[in-house]
Amino acid sequence: MSQQNREQWGTRTGFLLAAIGSAVGLGNIWRFPYVAYDNGGGAFLVPYLVALLTAGIPLLILEYAIGHRYRASPPAAYRRLNRFAQPLGWWQVGICFVISVYYAVIVAWAVRYAGFSLTQSWGEDTEAFLYGDFLHVADAPGPIASYNLGVLIPLVVIWLVVLVVLGLGVRRGIEWANRIFIPLLAVLFLILVVQALFLDGAEVGLNAFFAPDWSAITDGSVWVAAYGQIFFSLSVGFGIMITYASYLRRKSDLAGSALVAGFANSSFELLAGIGVFATLGFMASAADVPVGEVATDGLGLAFVAFPQIINNIPVAPALFGVLFFVSLMVAGLTSLVSIVEVVVSSVRDRTGMRRVPAVLIVGGFTAAVSVAVFPTDQGLYLLDVSDHFINQYGIALAALVVVVVVGWALWRLPMLRRHTEAVSSVPMRVWWALALGVVTPVVLGFMMYDSITAELQANYGDYPSWFINSAGWGVAGGAMVLAVLISLIPWKRRAGDEDDTNATVADADQSGKGL
Amino acid sequence: MSTGAIVMLIVSAVIVWGGLAAAVLHLRRHPEEAED
Repeated sequence: MSQQNREQWGTRTGFLLAAIGSAVGLGNIWRFPYVAYDNGGGAFLVPYLVALLTAGIPLLILEYAIGHRYRASPPAAYRRLNRFAQPLGWWQVGICFVISVYYAVIVAWAVRYAGFSLTQSWGEDTEAFLYGDFLHVADAPGPIASYNLGVLIPLVVIWLVVLVVLGLGVRRGIEWANRIFIPLLAVLFLILVVQALFLDGAEVGLNAFFAPDWSAITDGSVWVAAYGQIFFSLSVGFGIMITYASYLRRKSDLAGSALVAGFANSSFELLAGIGVFATLGFMASAADVPVGEVATDGLGLAFVAFPQIINNIPVAPALFGVLFFVSLMVAGLTSLVSIVEVVVSSVRDRTGMRRVPAVLIVGGFTAAVSVAVFPTDQGLYLLDVSDHFINQYGIALAALVVVVVVGWALWRLPMLRRHTEAVSSVPMRVWWALALGVVTPVVLGFMMYDSITAELQANYGDYPSWFINSAGWGVAGGAMVLAVLISLIPWKRRAGDEDDTNATVADADQSGKGL
Repeated sequence: MSTGAIVMLIVSAVIVWGGLAAAVLHLRRHPEEAED
């Protein structure tokens, strides 16, 4: 696909909505509220904002700049940056592939739970319902023994929606879907929060969420948690923003757009924190226990605690349930579209394939793996372990390698800064290079050290070693190995044009012409 | 709610939602130039 014919966003608003749709995902709803509560409550705002401004938004700008400058998905973009950097791009593609196969499953669960909400058919014991009646989880990790139609059918539907959206293209598919879904998500979630605020005990939950524990600010682990939240929540580090920015027009305000996307993501997180803790306050008050006893995150919050709460909501419980699970579904769906687009776009840039065949082959293969492996009695175990390892040793590690390689080894930050400032309304000065060259590598390096130390002390989730080694290290390591192997395949002459681009870019850079 | 919690609620809302509003307004004041 030549750069001249590259697809483009219809409008700047369309790009921003798609970027926000990608950033706002499940983590905003089920991760942020608990992380903030657990790390100083109201005082968490300080490290959180510092992390947003010194790592989140600078990383967003970096990915926008790489995608916009080289007008390509990650492998081709990194290759144009420097031919030896190509594996970084394929590594991000591998990460996106792994995430998309399990992420879609959670979206499918949300679809089913929206339906269950109508009659609260999960019953009184919501935990037993989730793991037993609904997921039929096996007693221990092992070979797949059964398929679960109750998950398989909504999963197939979700994948069909994703493939149709991607098949329609950047402007008519991705942009159009986000133009509908993001305002819809905002409206649904606002109604949910208003309903939550009217529950008895809501103020108890909000008090627990916002009461500041200022001693937390001097605790290093709180800062790591803040950077981790910003980092995982913004969808940076696995090439989505490179891909989306490659569809921008030449004169696009990169830094200004990054500020909007970054603050929009945090705005939704704050709203989710208010909604979730108002609801948890209701639960704690009803059970006459402290909020700390009911506060939780992740799957337990969404699929165990919330159904339990919905059982007890006196007015319109079905409405509350539908609002919550449809919000989860919409937030997850827009993120899923962006993740699969990285894989599709990368294969297109590499092979010159047209969009529809690429979506059918690449997206279809991704969907097939997802449908074959996850709606099974082993699905939850595989999801849990691959999610943990691909987050830590995929997303976070790849981001660390990217900032070290691009910032230090290749010394490309000054050039990317010139490129960004040439089209942006916000001056970046020394702040951006300092944030990416020093703050981000130091924090990510510390996070990595912290995480590996924990890994060596005990098996994640107390799973058996063979399972951790295959579904965890195997999957995360496989993405790295495959990235190197794919990069070794020589590019055809068509792709050789991109070598010329590389030379042009390098020349332009050396002459200081920027764009 | 305690005074500290109310203050932090207001401060968070002003900074995060205010930051979004300011970023959107800034972007609107800098419309995209036409392509060459």
